[in-house]
Amino acid sequence: MSANKFVATCISTSLAGALWLAPTAPVSAFVAYISNEKGNTVSVIDTDSWTVTKTIKVGQRPRGIEFTRDGKFVMVAVGDDDTIQLIDTKTQEVTDTLPSGPDPELFTQDAAGKTLYVANENDNTVTVIDLQKRARIGDVQVGVEPEGMTVSPDGKFLICTSETTNMAHFIDTGTRQIVANVLVDARPRFAEFKQDGSELWVSAEIGGTVSIIDPAKREVTGKIKFAIPGLRSEAIQPVGISITKDGKTGFVALGPANRVAVVDATSHEVKKYLLVGQRVWHLAFTPDEKYLMVTNGVSNDVSVIDVAAQKVIKTIQVGELPWGITIAQP
Amino acid sequence: MGGPAIRLLIGAISLAAFATSAVAAEPVDIAIGYLGRATVPQTLSPVDQPAADDGVAGARLAIEDNNTTGKFLNQRFTLLDRRVKDEEDPAQAANDLATKASFILANLPAEALLKVADALRARSVTLLNVGATDDRLREQDCRANVIHVAPTRSMLADGLAQYLVWKQWKRWLLVTGSHDNDKLFADALRRAATRFGAKIVEERTFEDTGGARRTDSGVTLIQRQMPVFTQRAPSYDVLVAADESEVFASYLPYRTWDPRPVAGSAGLKPTSWDPAQDQWGATQLQNRFVKLASRRMNALDMQAWTAVRMIGEAASRTNSGDAKALSDFIKGPNFSIAAFKGTRLTLRDWNLQLRQPILLADGRMIVSVSPQEGFLHQFSELDTLGVDRPETKCKLQ
Repeated sequence: MSANKFVATCISTSLAGALWLAPTAPVSAFVAYISNEKGNTVSVIDTDSWTVTKTIKVGQRPRGIEFTRDGKFVMVAVGDDDTIQLIDTKTQEVTDTLPSGPDPELFTQDAAGKTLYVANENDNTVTVIDLQKRARIGDVQVGVEPEGMTVSPDGKFLICTSETTNMAHFIDTGTRQIVANVLVDARPRFAEFKQDGSELWVSAEIGGTVSIIDPAKREVTGKIKFAIPGLRSEAIQPVGISITKDGKTGFVALGPANRVAVVDATSHEVKKYLLVGQRVWHLAFTPDEKYLMVTNGVSNDVSVIDVAAQKVIKTIQVGELPWGITIAQP
Repeated sequence: MGGPAIRLLIGAISLAAFATSAVAAEPVDIAIGYLGRATVPQTLSPVDQPAADDGVAGARLAIEDNNTTGKFLNQRFTLLDRRVKDEEDPAQAANDLATKASFILANLPAEALLKVADALRARSVTLLNVGATDDRLREQDCRANVIHVAPTRSMLADGLAQYLVWKQWKRWLLVTGSHDNDKLFADALRRAATRFGAKIVEERTFEDTGGARRTDSGVTLIQRQMPVFTQRAPSYDVLVAADESEVFASYLPYRTWDPRPVAGSAGLKPTSWDPAQDQWGATQLQNRFVKLASRRMNALDMQAWTAVRMIGEAASRTNSGDAKALSDFIKGPNFSIAAFKGTRLTLRDWNLQLRQPILLADGRMIVSVSPQEGFLHQFSELDTLGVDRPETKCKLQ
């Protein structure tokens, strides 16, 4: 466990090291890229001034979005164009595409940033892409409507959640074979490991829960349940999950409940509900974990949460129907 | 003393291991029947004319979806499609199906469905009503062996009424066809108007005098008939038509004497599903359906898909193919199903009706989804649609 933590720290340190070479950015300023599902744009936010500095036109229905490990590109899945576009972070323009397979929604990459795994919802497949060659190198057949994707901190397993099969599939990244299927609640949308690899959290949008999975036993060991006074339970639809690096606090976006749940990641009890915008989708920490930014799909804005204070401090207008978010050093 | 006990234990473990490996070799088979009518009804618009695989195509897609999941759980689903001609006895056909399947989807008129339900009473077979919208099947004529996946007329009417009231179109001109089903839909619309504060300013009946639904010079005549038929109405906001028999409603839009929108059986229609529905991840479902059936998915297809998925969901949650275990799970408190309508769907335990949002579609797009914001309920907002627990006449047996 401690070895895993050490590796994770090393990666984040070396990543930060590489980025220190970037010219004259204030230490605390990061840059956030937000995909706007309806607007067909990506909004760029400077986290120093909390303003939108650029709106980039991208392909149709942008959703999943992530920096490449070297920070040179932002990858954005444009599902209705059946591709993943690469935004050059220097010019902030789309410069290339990846052969993602049809209808990509969410994707994940290994720690080295060499291999990209893409969920293709239309044909129950995960596509494997070599990021350096920008070429498709394989695929894995999974359950109906794969969506949530993450790689275990030790790099050995890819997790893919399938929304209609209601499972988290454990895929051996070496053999690309499914080695376990863990049944979770209805419509699992997102999967996130604690950085020490001790727990895997899977949100179930329609089931209204987050399943805690023991990655060693590959069993559900507990469930986070949510209850908000005055709100009908059907409106509580967990989607995005972020867990602090120390594994102590989890944040869960609750969709049309318009709230982010703050969860004690040890006891798995909900400590607080933070009111954000309408239909909150995904969230991302600034690299220093001082702030958490969340996308509000229906109110067309992004809420900024002060992580230590557990308070919403700011709302920033972005494009139409913001969905995904990724943050790094500029 | 300890020796034999341990040996016995080891024996039990190896037996269990053997049983597991035997199961792994041979998947659990779950056969599902589909019982529908052989005749396809005629519609006014050729665009709405049902395909030969109307409904059953949805069941087939759900079988594929269940099998994709089933390959991880060693479960295998099959569909047995049986169509009854009008002169045939549906109970006989159901009994034939029941020898092979413990779950039967039924797309039958109310009377035939009741006949089938009573014929199957002695068997441990569960019927899933995917077609009949009759409220009486969930009320005075409810049956313990029938789960209703199709919405009721009252749910459809309430879904429409909530939107019309939200839109402030509260004065309705109600036009009803002369067939029994049209009158039942009109009853549901009247009830909805009373519940949600709309006013029916006048009622008219459109008599079905027979004749072909399509003729070569049809439009000329209709263009003269419809304005005259809707002339001299008191002030109204929206014309609401009850015409399940497809006799006149689709002739009304753009032809009313006063320039008014049309809703109900034409114009803005309440429905459980629509080919245009693509919200809440439905795009992927529609894409899979188009691949399978070469057309987009309609309400009957979706009701059949949902019914088969309910059985699949029960099978994966219970890890069982046992008919009783599955039907107990579906009827139990922990059951819910995801069906691309933005919320989980559950069963009303008092009459086994599936709670569900109602889509409002204009034939091109989804205009809205009910329940509308602000229509609150102490238990589930979905129970603002249709007959609620305190009003029910159902005694399940």
